[in-house]
Amino acid sequence: MQEAMKKRAKELLASGEVTRVIGWKKNEFDYDITPAVFESAEEIDRDFRYDDFCGPNLSKFTFKNQKNDTKTLVFLKPCDTYSMTQLITEHRVNRDALYLIGIPCFGKIDIEKIRADGTDGILSIASEGADVTVKTLYGDKTYVKADVMAERCLACKSKYHTIYDELMGEEGEVMETGRFNEVEKLEAMTPDERFGFWRGELSRCIRCNACRNACPACTCESCVFDNPDTGISQKAAADSFEENMFHIIRAFHVAGRCTDCGECSRVCPQHIPLHLLNRKFIRDIDKLYGEYQAGEEVGQRSPLVNFTTDDAEPDIVRKGGK
Amino acid sequence: MPISEFKPKIVAFCCNWCSYAGADLAGTNRLNYPADVKIIRVPCSCRVNPIFILRAFQRGADGVILCGCHPGDCHYTTGNYYTRRRMTLLFSMLDYLGIEKERTRVEWVSAAEGAKFAAVMQDFVKTVTELGENKRLEDRRCKKP
Repeated sequence: MQEAMKKRAKELLASGEVTRVIGWKKNEFDYDITPAVFESAEEIDRDFRYDDFCGPNLSKFTFKNQKNDTKTLVFLKPCDTYSMTQLITEHRVNRDALYLIGIPCFGKIDIEKIRADGTDGILSIASEGADVTVKTLYGDKTYVKADVMAERCLACKSKYHTIYDELMGEEGEVMETGRFNEVEKLEAMTPDERFGFWRGELSRCIRCNACRNACPACTCESCVFDNPDTGISQKAAADSFEENMFHIIRAFHVAGRCTDCGECSRVCPQHIPLHLLNRKFIRDIDKLYGEYQAGEEVGQRSPLVNFTTDDAEPDIVRKGGK
Repeated sequence: MPISEFKPKIVAFCCNWCSYAGADLAGTNRLNYPADVKIIRVPCSCRVNPIFILRAFQRGADGVILCGCHPGDCHYTTGNYYTRRRMTLLFSMLDYLGIEKERTRVEWVSAAEGAKFAAVMQDFVKTVTELGENKRLEDRRCKKP
């Protein structure tokens, strides 16, 4: 797939159809992949990557690196297309300046799961089908891919591309993989247990704002967390209240627009399961206001900027009728 | 602090057109409701941002109640419909984080419902008094020694 993508990107660059390509490139290690802009065939030959570590969602990167006067080619995995559709719906990217190619995704590997096994001194990683071969300073190791796959990929919501100009590989389908199981588990706990669970998780937060910066739904020019007047601007949380507040508000601001791509949890250096907050909102919206998947098609109206006259009353939470 | 001595601090966000007038009516009708309720007037219940509610807790509130016009009667036609969705989701999230769900409430009080306003406040203050101090959403820096 990587070679086909390189070839197609170079073709489009050569024909002048696009002048820039947004894809992934490798850093020092095989598993250290970042989004990047490529502007020439040489750069593509040298750096372009597409493998099982290309987790970053290119939609947010496209939003930050778009240019209106020239056309940009963007490669999108199925979950990235949901974010892209949502960005187009919100008029945050210029659709006319983008050439979108849908690419298949077979699930991404979470390097932390390999490291958790005690694997150290990693030299290179190659994955072929269901096998992941890790070469280390201390010898080779082989893993089954399903064992080291990222959590968000194990609960993949869709292999279907919501938007593209061109599709490479075959079109996939929306899947049912029980992504709300963990939310249900938490809901079944007592409030004290839930409070304990979330204190344990959120108290690790160092307020690096990585979750906000990586989130394709967080595209405000000036963010509430950067405004000193709100009293919750960038700083390490000094009190448990601030940790709660930051995470409630962050999740609330993307409620109804979150496509559940899982970037927040992927980038969190403290491994806080932030997606569980977003999924709670998604689940509540599904239950109360009808099934809704953000980014499914262009022009959808988010449930939080919409209403019906017979919506549930807020009392429903207190009375436990939900 | 023994429960008998505990006086909760309640913040009530009241919309200018209905609930604030409702509170006024409760006053002119000489209906009693606990003095623990501090009213903040907002142009519409829809003006209340989730941050307002969290900030009230941070600054020492033990309970926050949001009052607005009855759905369908909003002065701005649709404001309280949005409030209804937002607050349902916010309260559900607070519950998900293990914060007592009885500390927050939304009530619809019209300008003619002075008696309802007093009754709602009495009931809410009673509930929060039973719950005791807000510990789960407190900011220790904001507590007076």
